Amino acid sequence: MAGVIPSRIGAQGVKSRRAVTEPLWVRSLLITLALLFIALVLVMPLVLIFTYALQQGWAVYIASFTEPDAVSAIRLTLITAAITVPLNVIFGVSAAWAITKFHFRGKNILITLIDLPFAISPVIAGLIFVVLFGARGILGPWLIENDIRIIFATPGIVLATIFVTFPFVARELIPLMQAQGSDEEQSAMTLGANGWQTFWRVTLPNIKWGLLYGVILCNARSMGEFGAVSVVSGHIRGLTNTMPLHIEILYNDYQFTASFAVASLLVFLALITMVVKAIIEWRTQQTITTITDDTLLLEK
Amino acid sequence: MAKKRTSHRVLPGFGLTFGFTVFYTSLIVLIPLAGLFFLTSQMTWAEFWAKAVTDPRVVASYKLSFGAAFIAAIINAVFGFLVAWVLVRYSFWGKRIVDALVDLPFALPTAVSGIALTTLYAHTGWIGQWFDSFGIRIAYTPTGIVLALTLIGLPFVVRTVQPALEDLEAELEEAASSLGATRGQTFRRVIFPAILPSLLSGFTLAFARAVGEFGSVYFIAGNMPYKTEIAPLLIIIKLEQYDYHGAAAIGVVMLLASFTFIFIINLLQAWSRRHQ
Repeated sequence: MAGVIPSRIGAQGVKSRRAVTEPLWVRSLLITLALLFIALVLVMPLVLIFTYALQQGWAVYIASFTEPDAVSAIRLTLITAAITVPLNVIFGVSAAWAITKFHFRGKNILITLIDLPFAISPVIAGLIFVVLFGARGILGPWLIENDIRIIFATPGIVLATIFVTFPFVARELIPLMQAQGSDEEQSAMTLGANGWQTFWRVTLPNIKWGLLYGVILCNARSMGEFGAVSVVSGHIRGLTNTMPLHIEILYNDYQFTASFAVASLLVFLALITMVVKAIIEWRTQQTITTITDDTLLLEK
Repeated sequence: MAKKRTSHRVLPGFGLTFGFTVFYTSLIVLIPLAGLFFLTSQMTWAEFWAKAVTDPRVVASYKLSFGAAFIAAIINAVFGFLVAWVLVRYSFWGKRIVDALVDLPFALPTAVSGIALTTLYAHTGWIGQWFDSFGIRIAYTPTGIVLALTLIGLPFVVRTVQPALEDLEAELEEAASSLGATRGQTFRRVIFPAILPSLLSGFTLAFARAVGEFGSVYFIAGNMPYKTEIAPLLIIIKLEQYDYHGAAAIGVVMLLASFTFIFIINLLQAWSRRHQ
C-alpha cells in the first residue's frame, strides 16, 4: 500500500528488557547524534519561528493576524477545511465500510486508487484541475461562456485541497476495521439491530480513535496545503489567499515578523495535532494492555 | 493483520458505500488524472518528446529533483535508522517528546518549514552563518534543497523502521552473543538483515515523497533556471505562461515516476511482510 505509513494506533508498544546491549559510551554517542540531528532539522526551525514571530513584541504579533488580508486568508482557510474535512470523512468511512466488510473484484485496484494522491506531487494535484477547468483547459471555454469560475477562485482551492487530503481518513480506518473484522456487527444484526444502529452503536465506538486521528490529520493538511493551492489560487490578495499563501506573500515582501507570526498559528495547529495523536496512541495502548491483562488473569 | 472474516453480504450498505466510494474517487482522482492524459494525448509525439524529455531546462530540473531527493533519502536512511534505533533500544530523558516530534513534518505545513529552514540556514541565519565561516553556503544552493527534502522525508524512514526493530526478538541477539558473536557481528549478520526490507521501504517512501515536494523547497532553493529549479516549480512556471502542454508533459513524466514508486513500494512491502 504505497505512500502510507500505518499509524500505530491500536498497536501494542513493546517493552522488553534486553540482556544484550551496547557499552555505555556507544549508547551515549548514538543518542547524542540522534538528538543533534533532530535538533538541527526539527527543533531549531520551531524555535526560530516563534523567536521571529515575537521579535517585535506582542502588539505586532497580534496585529499580524488581525489585519484585513490576514483575516481574509484565515477565513478562506477555515472555509476550505470546513468543506474538505466533512466530505473526506464521509468518503473515508464509506470506503472503509465497503472495503473491509465485503468481498468484491477489483478491491486492490480501488485501494491503490485511494492511496494515489499520497504518491502524487501537490503541484500535479493543482495542475490536473487547471488542465480541466483553467482558461485554456479542457472545459475552460465552456466555463467562461457560462461565467463559472473554478480556477483562481474558491472552488479550485477546495478541489485541490480535497485531492491532497483525499486518502487520510480512509487510510486510517481501513487497517483498523480490517483488524477488527465484522463479527461484532454480525452479532448486532442477528440481535435485530438495523444497519444504522449497528454502525452508530457498534462500529463507530470501535473506530472512534482512529477516525479522530484521521480527522485531525486531514484538517491539519487541508489548512496547511501550499503546493496544490498555490497552483490554482492565482494569489489574489484578500480573495484567493489561504494562510500558507499569505505567509509566502509576506515572506517575499520581507515582512518577516508578520510572516512568521501567521506561520506560528499553523505551527500551533501542527503541535496540537501531534499532541492529540500522542494522547490517542497512549489511550489505545492502555486499553489494549488492560484487555491483555484481563485475558491473562482469566487464563490463570 | 487479522484473518479475513469478511462476510458475504450479511451486513447491509454495500450498494450505498461502494457506489459512493467509486463515484467520489472517480470525481476527485480518476477524471482529473484522465484529463491530464487526455490533454497530453492531443500533442504529437514529437511535441511531447521535445517538451518533456529533450528540453535542457526540463532535463536539468529532473536531474535536480531526482538527485536531491535521492541524496536526501540516503541521509534519511542513515539518520532515520539511527533515530528509530535510539527510540526503540535506549531510554533517555525526553524520549517521548522526541518520538512525538518525529511526526512534525507530517503535520507542519511545507511553506512553514520552508521559510523556517531558509531563515535558519541562510548565510546570515543562526546556523547558516556558522557554516558560512567555513565557506559553505546552504540556502539558495542544491545543498539547501537536500536539507529541506531531508526534513520532509524523515518520518517515513523512522516510522517504517521503528515497528520492525520493536518486533525483533531479543532471543535472536542473545543467541548470537552466546555463540560468541561480537556486538558488531550481531548487528551486521542478525539485526541489519532483518531490518533491511523495512529500511528500503522507508527509503523509497521518503524518496518518492521528496521527488514531488514543492512547498519547503520553493523558499530555500533560490529557483535559478538550470541550477536550483526543481521540476514541480517548472510546471508552475509553464502554467503561468499558459503553456498547458509544456506543464502537462512534465506532469505526465512525474506521474509515471509516481506510478513506478508505487509499484516498487508494493514489492518492498510484500517482501518485508514475508520477513516478519
